Formats: sequence, structure tokens, C-alpha cells
Amino acid sequence: MTNILNVRNLKKTYNNGANTITVLDDISFEIQKGETFAIVGPSGSGKTTLLGLCAGLDQPDDGRIELCGVELEALNEDERAILRNRNIGFIFQDFQLLSTLTALENVSVPLELLGAKNANRVAKELLDKVGLAKRHHHYPSQLSGGEQQRVALARAFSNSPSILFADEPTGNLDDDTGEKVIQLLFDLNKEAGTTLVIVTHDLDLAKRNNRILRLKGGKIIANEKTVQS
Amino acid sequence: MKDPKDFRTTTRIGWLLKMAWRDGKASKGRLVLFMASIILGIAAVVSIQSFSDNLQRNITTQSKELMGADYLIDSNELPNTKVQGIIDSLGGEAGREVKFASMATFSKNKATKLVQIRGVEGDYPLYGTLETEPETVANEYQERGAALVDATIMLQFDLHPGDSVKFGNLNFPIAGALLSAPGSSAMSSTVAPPVIIPFRFIEETGLLQKGSRIEYDYYFLADANTDLEALNKEVDPLLDAQNADLDTHTDTSQRLGRRYENMGKFLNMVAFIALLLGCLGIASSVHIYIKEKLRAVAVLKCLGATRRQTFLIYLIQIAGMGFVGGLLGTVLGIGLQFVFPMFLQDFLPFEVEISLAIQPILTGLFLGVFMSILFALSPLLVTWYVSPLVVLRIGEVDNSKSLRASAIVGLAILLSVLFLAYGLLQRWTYALAFVLGIVITFGILAGFAKLLMGMIKRYFPVSWGFTARQSLLNLFRPNNQTMVLILAIGVGSFLVSTLYFTKEILLAKTTLENNSGNPNIILFDVQTEQKEEVAHSITSKKFRVLDNIPIVTMRVHSIKGRPVNDIRLDSTSQVHQWILNHEFRATYRDSLIASEQLLEGEWTPNVQNASPIPISISDNVARDAKVGVGDAMEFNVQGVLMETVVGNIRSVDWGQMQLNFSIVFPKGVLENAPQFHVLTTNVPDTEGSARLQKEMVRKFPNVSIIDLRQVIGVIEGILDKITWAINFMAFFSILTGVIVLIGSVRNSKYQRIRDNVLLRTLGAQSLQILRITALEYLYLGLLGSGIGILLSLVGSGLLAVFVFETPFLPSMGPILVLVPGITFLVLCIGLFNSRGVISSPPLQVLRKEVR
Repeated sequence: MTNILNVRNLKKTYNNGANTITVLDDISFEIQKGETFAIVGPSGSGKTTLLGLCAGLDQPDDGRIELCGVELEALNEDERAILRNRNIGFIFQDFQLLSTLTALENVSVPLELLGAKNANRVAKELLDKVGLAKRHHHYPSQLSGGEQQRVALARAFSNSPSILFADEPTGNLDDDTGEKVIQLLFDLNKEAGTTLVIVTHDLDLAKRNNRILRLKGGKIIANEKTVQS
Repeated sequence: MKDPKDFRTTTRIGWLLKMAWRDGKASKGRLVLFMASIILGIAAVVSIQSFSDNLQRNITTQSKELMGADYLIDSNELPNTKVQGIIDSLGGEAGREVKFASMATFSKNKATKLVQIRGVEGDYPLYGTLETEPETVANEYQERGAALVDATIMLQFDLHPGDSVKFGNLNFPIAGALLSAPGSSAMSSTVAPPVIIPFRFIEETGLLQKGSRIEYDYYFLADANTDLEALNKEVDPLLDAQNADLDTHTDTSQRLGRRYENMGKFLNMVAFIALLLGCLGIASSVHIYIKEKLRAVAVLKCLGATRRQTFLIYLIQIAGMGFVGGLLGTVLGIGLQFVFPMFLQDFLPFEVEISLAIQPILTGLFLGVFMSILFALSPLLVTWYVSPLVVLRIGEVDNSKSLRASAIVGLAILLSVLFLAYGLLQRWTYALAFVLGIVITFGILAGFAKLLMGMIKRYFPVSWGFTARQSLLNLFRPNNQTMVLILAIGVGSFLVSTLYFTKEILLAKTTLENNSGNPNIILFDVQTEQKEEVAHSITSKKFRVLDNIPIVTMRVHSIKGRPVNDIRLDSTSQVHQWILNHEFRATYRDSLIASEQLLEGEWTPNVQNASPIPISISDNVARDAKVGVGDAMEFNVQGVLMETVVGNIRSVDWGQMQLNFSIVFPKGVLENAPQFHVLTTNVPDTEGSARLQKEMVRKFPNVSIIDLRQVIGVIEGILDKITWAINFMAFFSILTGVIVLIGSVRNSKYQRIRDNVLLRTLGAQSLQILRITALEYLYLGLLGSGIGILLSLVGSGLLAVFVFETPFLPSMGPILVLVPGITFLVLCIGLFNSRGVISSPPLQVLRKEVR
């Protein structure tokens, strides 16, 4: 199996006035293609920062990240955006749907950015698949939290990404809805064969992945396989 | 198969348009407000440009009708043999006219009136028509030996065809009312309205006496092949040497065009200020709009949109909004230009035919898009710098942008405004002064606003009640609209009150003090032999003769030893043409008068047999003739050459309602020269004035009388009409300010909702929230209008002292009307737009405003 993500000696600091806070320190790991991978840790351990760096949303102070065979360090901001559009899907804790676009338009955006001619058809199919066949033309404000996250799921898979990053995907949902969304996420992921990286507090959710990376104080304290692997 | 190492991308304009449309559709309420900000500014610019364009086109196409001929030769005296020779060589005139001011007596009611008598002969007007009532009398009056009397006089003195009018020794039957004649406007003939009579009777009236300001015009028709410009070049210098002049119809129309161009430029500037105010509204609205869009921008970037793509989505929205705003503004402007003739027609010597002009339409559309983009660029830049990482962070989005980019945008705005101002004014110095003026005015308003804010912050009234404190705090809250609202309200109040104060200053200059020492009746053209008798007539009515001023007409013959004919031919000469061609009306006396001040040299009261004669000249003559104290000037005093030297230079306050002179001789020189006199007196009431005028016209028909009270009435009328035009344009600024205000209030509403809802949740009552909101807008209205009027007081004071040289005593009108009026308006707009937030339950408001 080839690695889709290689992270080597990653370091990230933030300046907080006079103080420099080290958020991530000497982080190294790799993720294989098709693997499901959970990043867990207490609040402030650097989970979300690590996800942002791996997805090319931010740049490290030190270390290297190779995503889909491309060194992120060598790319400028727009090249990283293009890389994301072609290879990455995202799911966020607070859904991050575009409020001025309908559900269908939200799902179409990544495909339209790719220049796909069948964006509308694919988006409709995906929305049908996540159970929102009758909600195509609803705005996010007209949907419940669970429905919004399902639109986000459909959007995340719309560009057939090689890797999907999910940041606390159930953080804003009740247990019942959260469970349904997670099940849908894993089902879609299995069907598409996408590599999945989930940042979560929820250890039960983490255990449903092939591997778990445990962070504490910006350092890796464990990188272990689960029974799923 | 996707290649992850291929980073080529194309910005598909179709997708960008689609995204801009999708997003814009959901935000149309806000976008309509942006649009409204510039609609009026564009409408103002387009209407003025369009009207000016039509005016110029009308002047060009009607140039022959405006002159009534292809070209004319004019002179202040009967043509001498040389001039007559030139007239004959040109094939002889097709029509001629003599015109001068004189008193008319209407036999029906014995009323008298100063009129302009126009003795006409031949086919005048060769182009255009004399419009009369009844229509046919225009063709009959010559044959009938009758008069065409200005329609306003007919109305004023209740005259009808068949009544008679007397000029000098002759009575004329009135053929009908003169509605219009080529080249004259209602305003130009207000003091002395025209009366047309056949030329052949002029001599018999006995009115052509020494001193009368007479103009002879000889009208010509040109062959289709005649090159009028070449003719002018060839003949005009020959005529100039004989104190005559050749004017072609194109010269006249160009001169007329330039005169209206200046008025157009001024109105254009006022319109441009309205547009700039609208742009300020755009900048402020886009700032808030984009701030709310930053999270969406970050999401788009996260999904793979490049910086250029996200930037372009919003740029397209703004450009689209600018285009629609420009289009609506242009349509409104085209409609509005029909209003201008209503208050400008009196100033125009022709009926303006309005037609569609392409250039103003293109200007409107261009300005709509260009100005919207230009002023939205700074807030739009933030989208370029927003990081996709924002989607992972909860909290405020950082809206910082590069300092360099901001500086470049700021410079682009200044340069663009400068270029646009140049486009409107056609002179770099004016454009620079305008931009500087705008920057200073805006700077002072912004500075004042900041200073006041700072002072309130520093000396915050902690002891005030909750609602009063809360509303004051709202003025400093993050993303407050205080600055933009104060600028909008301030500039509007500043414009309106400055216009008002300027009008007041101008009127104060012309107001006659009700003092028997100040003349209010002026008697012109009094011959030397009539002087004593006229004075006696005045004193016999128990009025005093205040002035008895001798006037001697003369022309400049040479300056510093160079004959004026040589100077005329010298293209490098700096001497102004009017000095060379003007017939000066000089006087002689031994002392300065109240409106004069000695600037240079020494005053010579008397001379005996001095040569050259030391004379006094006004500073404008010194400037335009390029002479100083000690320089030689030779005058032709009705055939006698007189050598003089500039003995002193005076400043003259021409604005004072009294007789002022450019050239003053000392006593002892001109006493025996051919001259006439001007006598002045003070008559306390209009009845006395009418009695005096009647007697004068009966005894001395050649004497013209001006009642300054009537002149002042005319000036007031003119100023009122001009003020109307300026106020109309200022109204655009005010209305734009109101729309910017509505936009700002609506935009900031979204930010205030949460605070108000929180306050309500914590137990604040509707009345308390209403009071907080009302007080906030009350402060804004008071501050904005107060600063605007304060600035206007300072500006008008400076204008009064340095430009009009008069003390400034402002009336309380603007302060008492504008401050409460504008404050009330701001309050109403503020409360009207916040009514939903005040009256709805917290949860309902939150749900409603989520999207």
C-alpha cells in the first residue's frame, strides 16, 4: 500500500504577544491510501491545527508534509487550493455551508470549481443518497443541523476526493443524529474507497477507524492500530 | 484520472458569474441599498452633462438664429468712411440696428420705464424670427411705423395693441407684444426690456445725444462658400483700428457656449460631490457586506477556490450592482434634464430642445461601474487575504489586509477622482483644487468627528442613566457607522448652508441702506447744458443732489509708447483685448471716494497745464494693461490725443451700489472736453421716484433714470433663480446622504440585533431599547449637521472676508432649520429601520435574521 499522507517532524508555533506557544512539536506519521484514521486528544492538544496543516490550510514552521505525492511546502496558496479541490474533501463541526446557496448549489460548488459538466446531476445523486431528495432547493437556514451535516457530507464526496478530512463531524449534533451522520460517512467512504481522517473527542468514534493518533500538549503520545484494521 | 501535480487552472467566467448571481440573489436587499447610494449621484451627473450637451448642441445648431445673421459688424458710433467702405466691400448690410437705453412713457397711464430702444431696418433678423403677439405684427410694424413692446412691460403696465408709447419727441402706436428676439434672454433684458421701432424714426426722437451708450449693428448674409473664419481674420483687424468689430455667428455661439460651460462646470461639481458621497456609502456598505461574507470566502477557499476566484465573485457582484445603479441613475438623469429648462430658461437666449445624447449615457454607465468598483476595492481586498483556516476556528474573522495594497487603492481613488474632476473641469489646476478641497472638507469633517468622539470617550458621562450611556457607547462600538454617517450628514448640511450663506452675503452687498445719504436714483446721459436744470428739478421736489459726476468717453491710443494697433497685431502681447477695444467712461475729481483705496503711487487732486497728465487707474486695468505707476498711457478723447502717466493705482469695490470708475483724471484737465453727467439722489419712496421719473422724462427725454430699488429686485430675482438651480443640485447630495444613511442604518442593524436581543433577554423593555436607538441617532444627527454648519460658517466667513470683502453676519436660519430638520430626519430613518428589532420578541428576531 502507498502512503497518501506523509508527515515528518512537523512543528507549529503561534505568537501570543510576547509569548511563543508551541502547538505541535516534532509530529511524524503517515497514512496509507484507503485507511481510516482518527486523531484524538484533549482540547488544546493541537488536533485541529494538525488537520489544517495536513489539508494545506496552513503552513508549518518546520517539517514536511507530502499529500497525494506532492510536497505542500513547495506550493503557493492558490496551488494548495487547487490541490484541495482535486484531492480533498472536508467535513466541519459547524457544517460550513454557504448560507446564500441552496443545498444543491452547495454540493455542486467543488465540482463546478473542477469544471465538471455533470456537476448538477452528480450533486443531485449525492443529495438523494444522503436522504435529502426533497431538500435540493432549500437554503441551509431552512434545514436542521443533521440535514445540514448531510449536505456537507454530500459536498465532501462530490469531487471524488482521494482523502477526506473531518473535524469533529458530530460535535454540533445530538447523539442520535450524530450516529446517523457517522454511519452515513463510513458507508459513503467505504463505497468510494476514500482515505478518511477524523479529528474527534469521541473515543468510540475513533475506535471505528483503522488507526488512532493520540495527541497531548502538541506531541504524539500514541499511534496505534485498532481492531478495525 | 486527476494528476495531483497539475496546478493549471482557468478562471471560468461563467462559473464566477453564476456564483456572483447565486450569492447576490440571496443578498439582494443589501445590494439594492448599495445601488441606491450611487443612483442619485449618477443621475445628477448625467442630468447636468446631458443638459450641458444639449445646450451646447442647441447653441451650435442655432448659432445663426442666435445672432440673427451669418456675421455682423458692430460699433459704438456711426460708421466712419473707412468702416462704411468695408461694409460696402462686403456687399452692404442686409439689415441694421441701433440700440440704446432710454426712458419710455406710456400715454395710457403716463407711466415711465427705462427700456432698450432697438431701431431696426432691413431684413433683421436674417435668421430666426421676431416672436410677437399678435403673430402678424412682426411683419407689419415697419410699414405701420409702430413699436413692438416687450411682453412683460405690456403686462406690467396693462398695455394693449393700439395704445401708444413715447420716446423722446415721438409717439409710437404699439403694434403688439414682443415675446422674443434672436439672441436675447429674459434675464438679459430685465433692467431695460427691449422695444423695437423702425430705424428711420430714431433720428427724429432726438435721443441720440452725447454720452448715450449707443450700439450700431450691421447684419450680413454670407454666401454658402464664404469662409467666415478667413473673413474674420482679414477684416477684423481693419475694423478694430476704427473702433468697430466683426463677429461671426460661430464666434458668438462659442462665446455663449463658454459662458454656459462655466455654469455647467459648477453644477457638474455639485453633482460630482453627490456621486462621491454615494461612493462613500458604497465603501461603507461593502465593508460590512464583505465582513459578513468572509467565512463564506474561507469555505470557498477550503473547497479549492483560488484567491482570484473568490475576489472576482464579489467584484462581479459589485460591478453588476454598479452597472444597474449606473443604468437606473442614467435613466433618471435623462428624465431629470427636462427639469433644468424650467429654472434656467430665463437665462437662455433660446428654447432648449432636449434630445438624447450618447456621451452622458456612456458616462453614467461607466461611472456606475467604475466608481462602485473603485470605492469597493478597499473592503474587497480583505477577501484576498482571508485564510481558509478560518473555517476551523470559531470566533471573529481577521479582516486585515496588506498595507501596501491599501495604499495603492487609496492612491488609485485619489488619482481617479482627480482625473474625473479634470474631465469635468478641463483644467488641472481646478481639478487639483477640487480634489484638495474635497480632501480638506472630508478631512476636517472626519477630524471633527474623531475629535468629538475622543472627547466624549474621554469625558464620558458616567453619571448618566443607562439608556443615555448605552446610546453614547453605540457610537464607539466596533464596526460603528459613526464616521460615515457624520461625513454624509455633514457634507450635505455644509453644502446647503454654505449656499445659503453665500446668497446672503451677495444680497447684503447689494442691499441699500435706508439712509438719505446713499443714492437710490441715478440719472444718466445728462448733457452739460441740462445739468443745472436737472439739479433744480431734483431740489425743487425737496430731494438732495448727492452726486454730480462728469463723464468723458475715451479709448486707449497707446500703452508705454506702443500704439494699440501694433499691440493688437502682436501675438505675444500680454495686454488684454478689452483694454484695447473698450470705450472707457472716465471722470475727473480731486479726491478718492468711499469704495476706493490707494494701492500704489500718489493721488494728484489738481493739475495745471501738466504733460503728461498723472491719472489714477483701477487695479484691474493696471493688471490687464500690464502697466504700473510711472508708465505712459495715451488716450483718444473723442479725437484729441492726451498723454498721461499712471500716477497711482486704486483698488475699487465694484460690488458697492454706486458709480465707480476705472480711470480718474485730476481736476483741471477735462473740464472743457465733450462730456455728459450722472446725477444721483435719494428718494425715500417709490411714489416719489415715479413722480420724479415722470417729470424728468417730460422735461429731459434724453435722460435715462435707474431706480436702484428695482435693480436690487432684479438681482434678488437672479440670485433666487441661481440659488434654485444650486439648491436643486445640493438636494441630490442631501438625498444621497439620506440613502447612504438608510444603507448604513440597515447594515449596522444586523450588528445591533444581537446586542438588542441580548438586552431584551436580560430584561430590557422595548421603551428602553427604543430610547437607546433614538438617542444614538439623535447624537448622530446633531453631530453631523452641527459640524457641517460649523464648517459652513467658517467657510462662508472666509469667503465673505477674503473674496467678497464684506463683514459676515450670518442669519440664524440654517442653524434653526437645518440642525433640527436633519436631526429629525436621521432620527426617523434610524427608528423606522430598527422598528423590527424593537418590536419583535428576541427569538423571532434571531430566527428571522439568521440568513
